[in-house]
Amino acid sequence: MTPYTAVVSSRFRMLLQYRAAALAGIGTQLFFGVVRTMIFDAFYRSSNLPQPIARDDVVTYIWLGQAFLVLTMLDADKDVADMIRSGNVAYELVKPVDLYWLWFSRAIAGRAAPLMLRAIPILVLAGLWHGLRGPASGVAAALFAAAILGSLLLAASIVAAMTISMVWTISGEGISRLMAPLVFFFSGIVVPLPLFPDWMQPALATLPFRGLIDTPFRIYIGQLHDASAVSALANQAVWIVALVAVGRIMLARSLRRLVVQGG
Amino acid sequence: MSQIVVDDLIKVFHVARRTPGLWGSVRGLVKRDWAAIRALDGIGFSIDRGELVGYIGPNGAGKSTTVKILSGILVPDSGRVTVMNRTPWADRIRYVRTIGVVFGQRTQLWWDLPVIESFDLLREIYAIPADRYRKTRDEVIDTLDLGAVLHTTVRQLSLGQRMRCDLAAALLHEPELLFLDEPTIGLDAVSKLAVREFIGRLNKERGITVILTTHDMDDIEALCRRVIVIGEGRILSDGTLADLRASVTRERWLTVDLADNTASTLIVDPDARVIRQEGRRLCLAFDPQQVSAPELIARVVRTHAIHDLFVENPPIEAIIARMYDRDASETAPR
Repeated sequence: MTPYTAVVSSRFRMLLQYRAAALAGIGTQLFFGVVRTMIFDAFYRSSNLPQPIARDDVVTYIWLGQAFLVLTMLDADKDVADMIRSGNVAYELVKPVDLYWLWFSRAIAGRAAPLMLRAIPILVLAGLWHGLRGPASGVAAALFAAAILGSLLLAASIVAAMTISMVWTISGEGISRLMAPLVFFFSGIVVPLPLFPDWMQPALATLPFRGLIDTPFRIYIGQLHDASAVSALANQAVWIVALVAVGRIMLARSLRRLVVQGG
Repeated sequence: MSQIVVDDLIKVFHVARRTPGLWGSVRGLVKRDWAAIRALDGIGFSIDRGELVGYIGPNGAGKSTTVKILSGILVPDSGRVTVMNRTPWADRIRYVRTIGVVFGQRTQLWWDLPVIESFDLLREIYAIPADRYRKTRDEVIDTLDLGAVLHTTVRQLSLGQRMRCDLAAALLHEPELLFLDEPTIGLDAVSKLAVREFIGRLNKERGITVILTTHDMDDIEALCRRVIVIGEGRILSDGTLADLRASVTRERWLTVDLADNTASTLIVDPDARVIRQEGRRLCLAFDPQQVSAPELIARVVRTHAIHDLFVENPPIEAIIARMYDRDASETAPR
């Protein structure tokens, strides 16, 4: 095991202990899943116009969103915030590891553990009783798996950059609050991205937020396939690389001007 | 060749200063005043392999800043540091593999994990070979007597237990050099002795170089052959404890327990002055070049009924305090 995988696995195991939080999350997300599918159902019944995405696909999209909600909850790492505030970050720097990958690893574990706990029960329940359908094809299923993995990396690269910004700002509250509405709208977690007006589509397709859930979900329902799926995955990959690069530059600069608080 | 060479180290912190009051806060939104604080103002010293050096000074003198630069955490504004042929901040990741650091007020253990799992995680982080790790780990667990707390989570440990665990954690990768930043801070007397004894043994038996910052002068007297004193970012003195004493004062102290409590208890002697009196116990300061200890004792015994007496050096606190006073009066313009 490398230091980074060791950190991922230890945090993963630690976070798996939060069973009550997972149960509460599952309950809430099931409830909102039912409500949201009902709302979209009402919209589709009230209009005879052809829609850019079929009703059954929207229901599947919404249930996937409930199952993978954690991928859109991007908060700067609170433990790192504590470390920076207390000066314990000094100990992170006397370890023979690259701080960026260390914090990136923590961000991965921070999403992956709750994801594992919540996604599977929600998918099973929604699949049995509430209109979640299977992936469009075997290829779609495989590409979906790859896109979810990419989404995890993308989420981690955004979270890592947010975490690093705390070296300047000390508190992560501000950046987390700024990021939340952006992700809320532009990821597709509230309204699936295909339902946004046409003039917004080019912007939505370029922003990094679609890579969080919209790309994997549209691959799953078969709306993105072949060339369009590849280009969506490529967009995801480019953003991951770019955000990692930005994060690393930010960290290198912040370490140069680091002031370790206290003592 | 010296293991550590520090040359003309300068570090300035810029701290935002705010004028007090509401107007100050509003003004601070637009325009910030920055105060430059020279934490280190040309520090230089060198330390050989196997030394145990005390690095002392009042709060804000620059002790921790020096330790943080030496351990690769902070980048100085100018100056040169070479530790084991590396520049700490330039080659941080490879460098920190060879050093151990303990900050007394912090912990590097994972709060929610049992101690032993923190150790295992450190093994992964330092990529210590399994058999080597097991040997070192069992050794430190044994010498620091940690067997009983290994499976306790860190947040449930007492401060003394945690400090011993932190010391152990800093040694798992067998560093050649150990930085201890106030390792005995907040500990009770028993834990202090245990930590102190362990540090001494580590230095003697394994030859690890130790740099120790502390406010506890007993730590220094018990452990350090060499003491570097800093104040306001500059080195005030560097040498053995005896040299430090001699450079500040030749004074020795004679403590006398008087046999009775009569009115004429006050000792008056031309060559000694009373610096303290607690009940029947008197403390006299004298200069051995003016009057020898036997001579002074003879005089006192002749005129007073004595129950007990002993001669000692002034405690190192008194020496340091005098040194700071002297330094302050030299630098402060009057």
